[in-house]
Amino acid sequence: MRPAARTAQSSSLLSCGICHLLMRKPPGAADPAGKCPRCGAALHPRKPNSIVRTWALVIAALIFYVPANVLPITKVTSLGATQSDTIMSGVIYFIHSGMWPIALVIFVASVFVPVLKLLILLFLVISVQRRSQWRPKDRTRLYRITEAIGRWSMTDIFVVTILVALVHLGALANIEAQAGAVFFAAVVVITMLAAMSFDPRLIWDVKEPQDECEYPA
Amino acid sequence: MACHDCDLLHRIAAVPEGSTASCCRCGAVLAKPKRDSVERSLALAVAGLVLFVLANSFPFLGFKIQGQIRETLLLTGIRELYLQDMRLVAVLVLITTVLAPLAQLLALIYILLPLKLNRPAPGMFHVFRRLRSIEPWSMMEVFMVGILVSVVKLAKMAHIIPGTAAFCFMALILVLAACLSSLDSHVVWDRWEGHR
Repeated sequence: MRPAARTAQSSSLLSCGICHLLMRKPPGAADPAGKCPRCGAALHPRKPNSIVRTWALVIAALIFYVPANVLPITKVTSLGATQSDTIMSGVIYFIHSGMWPIALVIFVASVFVPVLKLLILLFLVISVQRRSQWRPKDRTRLYRITEAIGRWSMTDIFVVTILVALVHLGALANIEAQAGAVFFAAVVVITMLAAMSFDPRLIWDVKEPQDECEYPA
Repeated sequence: MACHDCDLLHRIAAVPEGSTASCCRCGAVLAKPKRDSVERSLALAVAGLVLFVLANSFPFLGFKIQGQIRETLLLTGIRELYLQDMRLVAVLVLITTVLAPLAQLLALIYILLPLKLNRPAPGMFHVFRRLRSIEPWSMMEVFMVGILVSVVKLAKMAHIIPGTAAFCFMALILVLAACLSSLDSHVVWDRWEGHR
């Protein structure tokens, strides 16, 4: 007879979140249950307050998303004429000048990815709170995607940085960063933190592990 | 070990080099041993450090408009942002494109060089933990996309000349990515067994 597959939590074991050292959980241990003897990371059976933190960060990101898109991110002064650009007006400019691949890159990185990320995180948090049993493997995959794509949203911030550095020729041509850039940077950082605070193991906690694996754990 | 994504317990036997052990429930990669992991990563990290110095000391991009030429360093944009009262953004860009990659390279060398000489560095497990936690904040490859977009954006307005540093920067992205992907964390963590 093969032993049933089990999780670390149901076996009173703790796995270090960073170095994955597996150890016995001290009985009656509080959260955090001390530090990892190997790498020194704080030990938690699950990431602390994962749901609440993720909610808070997602809501904060949603709030910042509005000024990030409404306020201009750059101000271009060229021969006395001044023009302010938001993220969307930058995209539209590229479409009008026929450079739609670049328009697509900016649109995906700056508009689509943050929204997609926030929607996925909302969906994951809500599904965990409702103890959903729906396709946990695919939801875990969604989580991994969210974790991986977030960084690419920084593209627009870097574009602003480079433009500001290069186009600095006094009255002839000058580009300045504007308030929208600050909010947008905040959205990117907050969504990254939100993805980090979500614990994908919560997706699996409602399941009994026995039935899925071919071989014993 | 327990799966980091779904907490299922696994007993992993020795995994042959070049193959992957993944979680049978959620598919997360549990172990993926690499050939000559320490040597390769160390070599690439040292190469990366050299490229890092070059990328930050030579002119990065030049900008030519109506006879005027402006040359910039990688740090110029960060300084400009800072002077324009965009302090938070400036600090963020500084961390993600300069400080985080530098810290990664230094930490890798600090851990791998003594490991190669079979004399584990003091506190190497703590350093390795920090290394893992700064990884998401090192965004040089995203910066590269930013460069491409800016170059296209300015192409109509002026002539853009990529400098020595720009090429070093590109090489650095590849070298750092290769370094991290040839590094098998188990090689480092497993050292712990002998050094308690």
